[in-house]
Amino acid sequence: MEVVLQNLTKKFPSRDRKNRGDVVAVSDFSFEIPDGELIGLLGPSGCGKSTTLNLISGLQKPTSGRIFFGEDDVTDLPPENRGIGLVFQNYALYPHLTVEQNILFPLQNLKGKDKLSKAEMLDKAYEAAKLVQIDELMERKPGQLSGGQQQRVAIARALVKMPRVLLLDEPLSNLDARLRLQTREEIRRIQRETKITTIFVTHDQEEAMSISDRIVVMKEGVVQQIGKPQDVYDDPTNLFVAKFLGTPPVNVFKGQIKDGRLYIGEDAVLDVKGLSEKEVYVGIRPEGFLLQENGPLCCKLNRVEVMGRDKSVVAENKASLNPAIRAIIGSENNINIQQGVVRFSLLPRKVFLFDKETEERIKL
Amino acid sequence: MDHKMDYDKIERNARVRQRVINIITYLFLAFWAVIVLFPFYWMILTSVKSYGAYNSEFIPKFFTLSPTLQNYGDAFTTVPLGKYLTNTVLFAVVTTAIMLAVITLAAFAFARLQFKGKNIMFVIFLSLMMIPNELVIITNFVTVTNLDMRNTFAGLILPSVMSVFYVYLLKENFEQIPDSLYYAAKVDGTSDLKYLLKVMIPISKPTLITITILKVIECWNSYVWPRLITDDENYYLVSNGIQEIRENGFGRENIPAMMAAVVVISVPLILLFLIFRKKVMEGVSRGGTKG
Amino acid sequence: MKKILKNSSLKGWLYLLPALLFLGIFMVYPLIDVFVYSFEEGYNSASQTYFGVGSYNYSYVLHDPYFLQAVKNTFLLVIITVPLSTGIALLISVGLNSIKPLRNLFQTVYFLPYVTNTLAVGLVFMILFKKTAYSDGFINLIINWFGGASVDFIEGPYWAKMFVLCFYTIWVVMPFKILILTSALASVNQEYYNAAKVDGTSKVRTFMRITLPMISPMIFYLIITGFIGAFKAYSDVVALFGTNLNAAEMNTIVGYVYDMLYGDSGGYPSYASAAAIILFAIVLTITCINLLISKKNIHY
Repeated sequence: MEVVLQNLTKKFPSRDRKNRGDVVAVSDFSFEIPDGELIGLLGPSGCGKSTTLNLISGLQKPTSGRIFFGEDDVTDLPPENRGIGLVFQNYALYPHLTVEQNILFPLQNLKGKDKLSKAEMLDKAYEAAKLVQIDELMERKPGQLSGGQQQRVAIARALVKMPRVLLLDEPLSNLDARLRLQTREEIRRIQRETKITTIFVTHDQEEAMSISDRIVVMKEGVVQQIGKPQDVYDDPTNLFVAKFLGTPPVNVFKGQIKDGRLYIGEDAVLDVKGLSEKEVYVGIRPEGFLLQENGPLCCKLNRVEVMGRDKSVVAENKASLNPAIRAIIGSENNINIQQGVVRFSLLPRKVFLFDKETEERIKL
Repeated sequence: MDHKMDYDKIERNARVRQRVINIITYLFLAFWAVIVLFPFYWMILTSVKSYGAYNSEFIPKFFTLSPTLQNYGDAFTTVPLGKYLTNTVLFAVVTTAIMLAVITLAAFAFARLQFKGKNIMFVIFLSLMMIPNELVIITNFVTVTNLDMRNTFAGLILPSVMSVFYVYLLKENFEQIPDSLYYAAKVDGTSDLKYLLKVMIPISKPTLITITILKVIECWNSYVWPRLITDDENYYLVSNGIQEIRENGFGRENIPAMMAAVVVISVPLILLFLIFRKKVMEGVSRGGTKG
Repeated sequence: MKKILKNSSLKGWLYLLPALLFLGIFMVYPLIDVFVYSFEEGYNSASQTYFGVGSYNYSYVLHDPYFLQAVKNTFLLVIITVPLSTGIALLISVGLNSIKPLRNLFQTVYFLPYVTNTLAVGLVFMILFKKTAYSDGFINLIINWFGGASVDFIEGPYWAKMFVLCFYTIWVVMPFKILILTSALASVNQEYYNAAKVDGTSKVRTFMRITLPMISPMIFYLIITGFIGAFKAYSDVVALFGTNLNAAEMNTIVGYVYDMLYGDSGGYPSYASAAAIILFAIVLTITCINLLISKKNIHY
């Protein structure tokens, strides 16, 4: 099912008595989600991503804007008539019901011509359970399951009605690190098998990057950028997006464009012909540094961390906004350290320039 | 298109139904509020009707155009209502004060001190919580009578002091204070008693206030024990006073004056409740039962 | 080291001492004594002597028509008021939880009976229900409006007196139940309701399948405390019908105990003890049965 969001806006009345203006949780969000894609809504807490999800699910009503599922305008429909499946952050499994009863629960609500016989319901429940591989656990209560198993039950319950759209709210945040890796693969697999358009919310950029067909980066209710994970990573539209994506994070320097060259401190690091002279922020991805004996960027070396495949060079520079610069280089590189100084040359496509005032990207 | 119309209708129906449900809810809640409030209204109304007016109303009137405070005067002069009130205040204050001292010490011992037999003692304490007052009141009656403490404040107060449940409540509260505070105080050479007074009691003040309010309510309403142990008007508490008024006071039929006495007795607790509304309700939901 | 431990052991007991004294004198000793009393036959409180030891006191109490009347009254009161008050409290709490404006006001009003003197307000109820030579009273006025005939609820037929008693008891116990149930309802995680809403669960089904099971521990708690409380009914009965409850046919078990102990028919601590122990046994049995049932029915 294709999902279309048109100028979606949600305002809340302010609780602050001194400042009576409305709080804008989501501002003018437009996006067409193609059928069958997995979309990650990404942003720090309070950026409006959960509100967006609630608007799509119908648990909250937008202040303005429309939502379409295919041809249907669902903006004014209550959640139960939208045909969605929703997985909650804490799973919201009914603690007094068994796994089977939990999965059956949505089916038992169907009325009239949609009503199913007992056998049909059981069939569907087992089908959903098999899909998420919990068909062995049907007699247990949620309290007897591990976090990962509960997550699967919650997904099965959301899927059992064959929803048009599947929504997941922070699906992995309650799992430990190992399970998180496993479960996100699992979500990807289930989504591929069912081909249901799926939207999930997360604050973890790695999670969103790794499984999404497309990610939406949000900040303070405003969409910053939408695109394929790799595209957004390689081509961020502003400083916020550049900083938010990638581990280790992008290194940010104060820089200056002078005479067609980019200066970091005293070092002229890149040719940037055709750009007007001004002060800028320079973002350099960790893999954008090349070790070079007489490279233009000179930094004070702190230490070298060996991480198996890669080495990470930790250094300092006066112009850096982060206390430490982190550069990733292949481990085959031998580092020649002289008097605690390390010199880099830069890969131009891993270097982003941002306007100092607007923090918007300046294309090279 | 057909489809969409259908949804519109569903929406509209749902909204209408929600409104009807809302109206029914409010009517029902208001109905119960009337049931709760009506006796209070009636008692105030009756208390300001004059004796003559009240007795000439074969069909009771819902309001009065000539309110009088005469009954309140009668309540204080014809029967010793003032005496009942001061007795009750004295009883409530002294009982609560002694109880606070006793339970604080006991809760501190259970929560903070290490001594032999502590765990067994605590289990015994807990099991005593289940003993109903009705079972022990018989012997207490005999004991107090034999000690010649009938019609004394000591006889009234002493058996009413102890409450195992509050020891338990306070102990739980004390245990939430981190150990590190205690060790820090020990390192500074603070004695146990000083630590209790200067650190634990101030930190646990909210719980202590809750316990105090609950105990005062309990004392204000206590009826059974005072009734058994006093037959001298000079030692009556308000509950017994009311019973006495009902059976012998005001020449029996002066209901407006009786109601004035009832108002006077009810007002202090209601005021206390309205001032400490949050504390009272929180305290009661943590362990007060009545009825 | 040993000395320190001994010292601190002493200190612990010292802090506990006042509590132990009060408990020992006014709880533990009486608890033992009440059993002793209940088996001492022919105890005379003036001379403090008795004839022998045996179960005569129990047999006397169990054959005393006043006691049987009291047991009947108490059981009726329990069976009527506990389910009714819990049910109404549940309805009110659900209503309270579904509204926003005026909610605090309603909650405050509903709590008022808790902080009133049972005897004092009981007097008001008596006046509302009582039929005298001068006036039929307020309740009868309403009954007359609806075309019924006046009834004396305070000194009239048994069912009328029982009705007033039950009504007043429910009025008195309601605040506690409403308070407990509203906080239980409020503590059910909103996510469960959202999940049910997304699945299109009807309101009734949501309530029966989600809300009720989630708050069932609190409901059972209220039923158990309600049973215990109603079995010990006394002061509200006195408030309505005066101290001479046997004459009014409205005595309760606790009332019987006190009457045996003190007052016009008093002076028999042995009978009182036997009756108190019978009451305790009944309450204990019913609490145990309740606990067993609740264990079976509470799912998590």
